[in-house]
Amino acid sequence: MKRRSRRVGDLALSLGTGLAAALVLLIVVVILGDVVYNGAPHMTLTFLTQAPRDGMTAGGIFPAIFGTVALVVLMTLAVLPAGVATAIYLSEYANPGSRVTRLVRVAVNNLAGVPSIVFGLFGLGFFVQFVGAGIDRALYGGQRVFGQPALVWAALTMAVLTLPVVIVATEEALAAVPRELRLASAALGASRLQTIVRVVLPQALPGILTGAILAISRGAGEVAPILFTGVAYFLPKLPRSLHDQFMQLGYHVYVLSTQSPDVDATRPILYATVLVLLLLTFALNATAVVVRSHMRRRFAGASS
Amino acid sequence: MATMSEQSSKPQPGRVMPVGLAQSPRPTLPRLGPPPLQPTERKGHGQAERPRLASRRPALHALAEAAIRVLAFSSIAAVILIFVFIAKEAWPLFHDSAIWKEVTLAKMWFAQQWPGYDAPEHVWQPVSEIPKYAVWPLVVGTLKVSLIAMLVAVPLAVGAAVFVSQYAGRRLREIIKPTVELLAGVPSVVLGFFALMVMATWLQHALGLDSRLNALVAGVALSFAIIPVVFTVSEEAFGAVPRSYVEASTALGAARWQTIVRVVIPAAGPGVAAGIALGLGRAVGETMIVLMASGNAAILSASPADSVRTISATIAAELAEVVFGGAHYTVLFFLGVLLFGFTLATNLLGEFAIGRMRRRLGGVA
Repeated sequence: MKRRSRRVGDLALSLGTGLAAALVLLIVVVILGDVVYNGAPHMTLTFLTQAPRDGMTAGGIFPAIFGTVALVVLMTLAVLPAGVATAIYLSEYANPGSRVTRLVRVAVNNLAGVPSIVFGLFGLGFFVQFVGAGIDRALYGGQRVFGQPALVWAALTMAVLTLPVVIVATEEALAAVPRELRLASAALGASRLQTIVRVVLPQALPGILTGAILAISRGAGEVAPILFTGVAYFLPKLPRSLHDQFMQLGYHVYVLSTQSPDVDATRPILYATVLVLLLLTFALNATAVVVRSHMRRRFAGASS
Repeated sequence: MATMSEQSSKPQPGRVMPVGLAQSPRPTLPRLGPPPLQPTERKGHGQAERPRLASRRPALHALAEAAIRVLAFSSIAAVILIFVFIAKEAWPLFHDSAIWKEVTLAKMWFAQQWPGYDAPEHVWQPVSEIPKYAVWPLVVGTLKVSLIAMLVAVPLAVGAAVFVSQYAGRRLREIIKPTVELLAGVPSVVLGFFALMVMATWLQHALGLDSRLNALVAGVALSFAIIPVVFTVSEEAFGAVPRSYVEASTALGAARWQTIVRVVIPAAGPGVAAGIALGLGRAVGETMIVLMASGNAAILSASPADSVRTISATIAAELAEVVFGGAHYTVLFFLGVLLFGFTLATNLLGEFAIGRMRRRLGGVA
């Protein structure tokens, strides 16, 4: 009797939790399967290299791809120095138990939890209305150049959003660098900064790259932060300067699926756009995973 | 360490140190240096004997280290700036009498008697002849969608986490964990697209609902974004339960499921709670999914089959078309402050829970 209740209990719990796991897998498979099945036939070279035509019911998505790439490149240039410096400070300089360190950590964690739409509000209130309008007043005599939604403000807003991603990944990478290397460097008379620049950072480079790639993947997929800071519905020209507006893949998906004049005509384009966006973010994530596992293996080899 | 760097101004071919950054202008480290000096000695000693060329290095060092220290506060600055600049745009609501002509805090939170209505009501209708800014329909809508998302996500995510950490073999684990990471990498606009184009139709047919886009569709789609958050944190928490707990329980004769239910889950409880808190924060703040799948009608009701408008979707849909500095603009930033405050609270709660679990398990691990 008792033995039987044990078996039944184990069976029920493993089946129940296994079912939950299976359902999660099923969700992923169904979403990806639907997108690939409906999107792949329309994903041609012309689709990737042409601009939209006929009220976005025909043509390609090149401006959206271009805008997405421009956005994440600028974002990376902004977020990497700040993120890496914060991680270096936390892991190499700061006293782990100090109040300042704790405060920085709390800030990083909370920044990671701020909703993306709030970043959009912040980008509008701070970058566009405050910094941008300030530049216009100082340099352009009040003429509107930077004081409006633009590529640079969207990129900076996205940089603030991805800051925690870079910090966490870099810190992890720095922590994985064996202590012996730092000690050896110090024993040879190198200063702390020399040790960091010449010894620790080169070792941690794959991890920092991982962080950068994860940040890019996040930045390529987010839409809410750029809604009011620079993205445009449709532009006949590619952005040429920092204060131009731009098109973006995620926003393109949103516009096509909610504001299309002809749903049936846009459906193949929409699916193909989603597929491109997914492939882009997955390729980035997969690269990050590969780089990270490579790094782990390297350190595992070094310490044994 | 100026004294030794000057000896090493020529790169030494046979050095043993790991490769430095290629573009670094500084000379390579020497193989052997003088014995390290005490910090106080170093300063006096270096300043006395250092030739000109090398004397720039400490200045550069100091500059670089100062830059690191300043940049390290960028996240604190970001959190403060975010709050300050959102609050700044919402501030007129509290003191500007020009705004009060159109909207006041009291009008936002209490039912108003509007012309054409039989009784006092909460109405969100900011773009109309008489703008109406009742926030309760939005708050209730946000909580309703989030609750549905949590009801779907928590059992699935925690169940899957228990399975992966307690029952699954290595191979299964290596299928499930990357798949969940894959789901975490799906942009929310894609989940919103899927909910709008595919799931809404399925659910409408399956349940015979009146409106195609409603709180249920949005909530279920939202749960897909929450599952990875809750799963990852819970799975980590289950993994952190000390082996000795499980061994002690087994030694006392408990079956595996008894050990899991009575020992492992309670021990990891705070961690799971933290995952749920973080998931709730994400659910309340998530924008694109609800913007696309919820129908966006500000109806004050408890039914999951009704269309809803959440706080985040309201900001996303309306801010692009408002007058800067006007009443509507101010109210939307006020909604942003609400969102910011709520997610800050859930985050701190989650952190508190994780810290508590660490302390509790810290004594044994």
